[in-house]
Amino acid sequence: MSHPNKKRLRRSMMFLNCQKPGLIKDPYIYKPDSIMLDLEDAVAENQKDAARYSLYHALREIDYQGVERVVRINGLDTPHWKEDIRVCVAGGADTIRIAKTESAKDVRTVEEHVLAAEKEFGRPEGSTLLMAALESCKGVLHALEICESSDRLIGIALSGGDYTKDLQTVITGTGVELQGARQQMIIAARAAGVQCWDTVFTNLDAMDVFEEEVKMIKMMGFDGKSLVNPRQIDIVHKIFTPTQKEIIFAEKVVREIDEKKALGIGVFTVDGKMIDIAFYDGAKRTIALAKASGVYEGDL
Amino acid sequence: MEIKKAAMAGTLESSDAQVTVEPGNGTIELSIKSSVIHQFGKQIKAAVLETLDRLEVTDAKVTVVDKGALDCTLKARVECAVYRSNDIVENLPWGGVIK
Amino acid sequence: MINAVGREIPEEVLRATGKEVFKGTYAYDNYEYTKAAPKARTMMDPKRSKMVQNIHEALVKCGIKDNMTISFHHHFREGDYVVNMVMEEIHNMGIKGLTICASSLGKANDPIVPYIDDGTIVGIQSSGVRGKIGEAISTGRLRDLAIMRSHGGRVRAVESGEVHIDIAFIGAPTCDEYGNMRANGGKSDCGVLSYAMVDAQYADKVVAITDCLVPFPNIPASISMTQVDFVCVVEEIGNPAKIATGAAKPTTDVRKIMMADYCTQFVIHTPYFKEGFSYQTGVGGASIASTISLGKIMQERGIHMGLGLGGITTPMCDLLAKGLINKIVDTQDFDMGAIESIKTNPNHIEISASEYADPFNKGAYVNKLDFVILASLEVDVNFNCNVVVGSDGMITGAQGGHPDTAAGAKCTIVIAPLLQGRIPAICTNVTTVTTPGETVDVVITDYGIAINPRRQDLIECMKDVKLPFCTIEELRDKAYAIVGEPDPVQFGERVVGIIESRDGTVLDVVREIKEYEFKD
Repeated sequence: MSHPNKKRLRRSMMFLNCQKPGLIKDPYIYKPDSIMLDLEDAVAENQKDAARYSLYHALREIDYQGVERVVRINGLDTPHWKEDIRVCVAGGADTIRIAKTESAKDVRTVEEHVLAAEKEFGRPEGSTLLMAALESCKGVLHALEICESSDRLIGIALSGGDYTKDLQTVITGTGVELQGARQQMIIAARAAGVQCWDTVFTNLDAMDVFEEEVKMIKMMGFDGKSLVNPRQIDIVHKIFTPTQKEIIFAEKVVREIDEKKALGIGVFTVDGKMIDIAFYDGAKRTIALAKASGVYEGDL
Repeated sequence: MEIKKAAMAGTLESSDAQVTVEPGNGTIELSIKSSVIHQFGKQIKAAVLETLDRLEVTDAKVTVVDKGALDCTLKARVECAVYRSNDIVENLPWGGVIK
Repeated sequence: MINAVGREIPEEVLRATGKEVFKGTYAYDNYEYTKAAPKARTMMDPKRSKMVQNIHEALVKCGIKDNMTISFHHHFREGDYVVNMVMEEIHNMGIKGLTICASSLGKANDPIVPYIDDGTIVGIQSSGVRGKIGEAISTGRLRDLAIMRSHGGRVRAVESGEVHIDIAFIGAPTCDEYGNMRANGGKSDCGVLSYAMVDAQYADKVVAITDCLVPFPNIPASISMTQVDFVCVVEEIGNPAKIATGAAKPTTDVRKIMMADYCTQFVIHTPYFKEGFSYQTGVGGASIASTISLGKIMQERGIHMGLGLGGITTPMCDLLAKGLINKIVDTQDFDMGAIESIKTNPNHIEISASEYADPFNKGAYVNKLDFVILASLEVDVNFNCNVVVGSDGMITGAQGGHPDTAAGAKCTIVIAPLLQGRIPAICTNVTTVTTPGETVDVVITDYGIAINPRRQDLIECMKDVKLPFCTIEELRDKAYAIVGEPDPVQFGERVVGIIESRDGTVLDVVREIKEYEFKD
């Protein structure tokens, strides 16, 4: 059976530098779905060790109040990742974000070390989840095999900065350079039944552009977005919160399908729209999202 | 553990602490400066001494410049400085003497 | 003797000051007293001039001598030059044993510390002190007890004769040769001269100090020639860049915005939020953000503020300009926007500190407040606030209008982030009580909101409101769970200052700081 948290709500995944005690002390105040404690790019090369001690004690001693604790570890091409995995597992991180994932093999390599660490530190085997950041053209092209690589894998996240360098372009602000990767990744993730997250948006002076981007990736099907600042959380949550109209419709769909199924009716109309069983999962997801967003108090 | 050479960890940013360890003269010689010394001096001292004790450091000069760090940060900085003084960065005893 | 906020006030302090202990915020309501009066000198000969060449001549003509009490205002805030230039001259003249009675003293006045050390200054009475003067008091270098008073309490002390001002030095952005002073139109505009008005009325001698002499008559005057003995023109009375900064950019700190939103939601769910309500707010990031978010809701619902009171910042003036506020009644301007507004908007009006907050006149504006939004360094589980003494035991802040507005407003809201670094804002006992908890109704933190159990009516009207309510003890416990339980500050024995209640009784004392000792 897969991990109960594999498909939990992950609209907002906020990066925090492990090396900054002031940042990792109480980010749950901002109510993100997940925090991503960063051992990788945010931490200077000569502070990688220091960040691990801070991470370990933060994981063990700070009550993050139900916010998922993801840790971004250093890439497999560095000398740091093995010790990163040990400290994550020993500290009891919920999920490990693998940087610069290029293939299913990368995920499996990490998985082996995670399993070894789970044994070493006496944690339940399979308790540590994984997510993969795709940061290169190769990684993006291998999206499907990465998505299917491990039972622990909750999904894939685009890392736009490195990816656009590999593409030999830059983040333009129009989104055109990310279009292919976004499309490819969300399709692969859905095909494999895992989640998919969009890349960070770093210009904090352009909150309106950020908002447009979030609306777009939601329309594309993404589950959420990696974030760099708490100011971004509310905007994402608002956009991902179903409207009252959507909730009422979803509620009707679920009730009607449950009722009509018993009567052996396959196709019928709700509010003038043709509905069949294919609408069921989507409607259920809308209700679940509405519940998580605190806007649904019905009994479904 | 032995303190083999001087080593430092942490910063002087708010909510952090800078911890320096140096080879000692046979005992623990601890100096603490803190922006919150009046209200948390006792707890800072206890956290640092407990951490040194767990790491079995008995001979060291330890200097803490605290800027309002929580206990979890103080422990992390002491541990980091002690292991740095031994050049150890891998296969650390997470959950053992580090806890 | 234990007072009404549970603080032990040493007998020797009561003996030395002749003061009583605090008996409750409204203990002096309806109290009858005779006002003090200044010694005045007539001006009948129209040929005689009030102009003096320099500060020295002003001091000589005022008859400066040892052990006098002199006063200043703090409208020039961190850009003030007046206190320092007058004190330097007094020091050069070898005068000793002075008491300074200022509406406030800041870091700009650090240069007078040597005059504390050499006995030129032996007493300080102020709404608070920041910087090195606070350090000097806290380290026991001031001979007499420092007295910390609220803005309203200072007016009361002067009017009741508890303090008698021998000479008032009033820095004025513009002044004419006969002493009509205005706060605008000069090089160093400060918007209003509210705090200096009582000094002008009650001091024996009044000296106007300006760097912008304008033709007679300089009217309408904030302070009239009828109260002024001498006029002195100097090079500069202040640094305009530090008197009024540009409007602070609205905060982007999510924590502050979150607390501001909680505050606004709380405000609009009280019965006081209705057409014509009155409101005051401080200058902190969260306070300003709450003014902005409240303004949006006022606009949406077509509700107007009848009265905006207090220290004024640009966001309040913006609401005035939009027609969402009927009148702004102003005692201090914190930025250029506020100064510009009082110059140009006829509904933005200067008042005296007495009108603002004096508990011993026949009714002050603070009594008419529906809401006041305040900050605090510490709040304890009895809702007592400390805005003067830092967590290191050092005097580092000012009561200002905090106790006055809290006592007056129907709904007093304190906004404080639960933790400042490792220091918890919500604690079992504040280091020093500077505003009594009986006047504080709500505490808003980033971790939750506590309503004072004395306000069952507010608890009742928030019953169905979706805000993170909890008890004040729960807030303290959350803070202590994260940072540990703080020890009380280790003070020395000697009392160096008293925190005076609005009515002149003793709310608390401040002791000398001492070096921290590890106790094994």
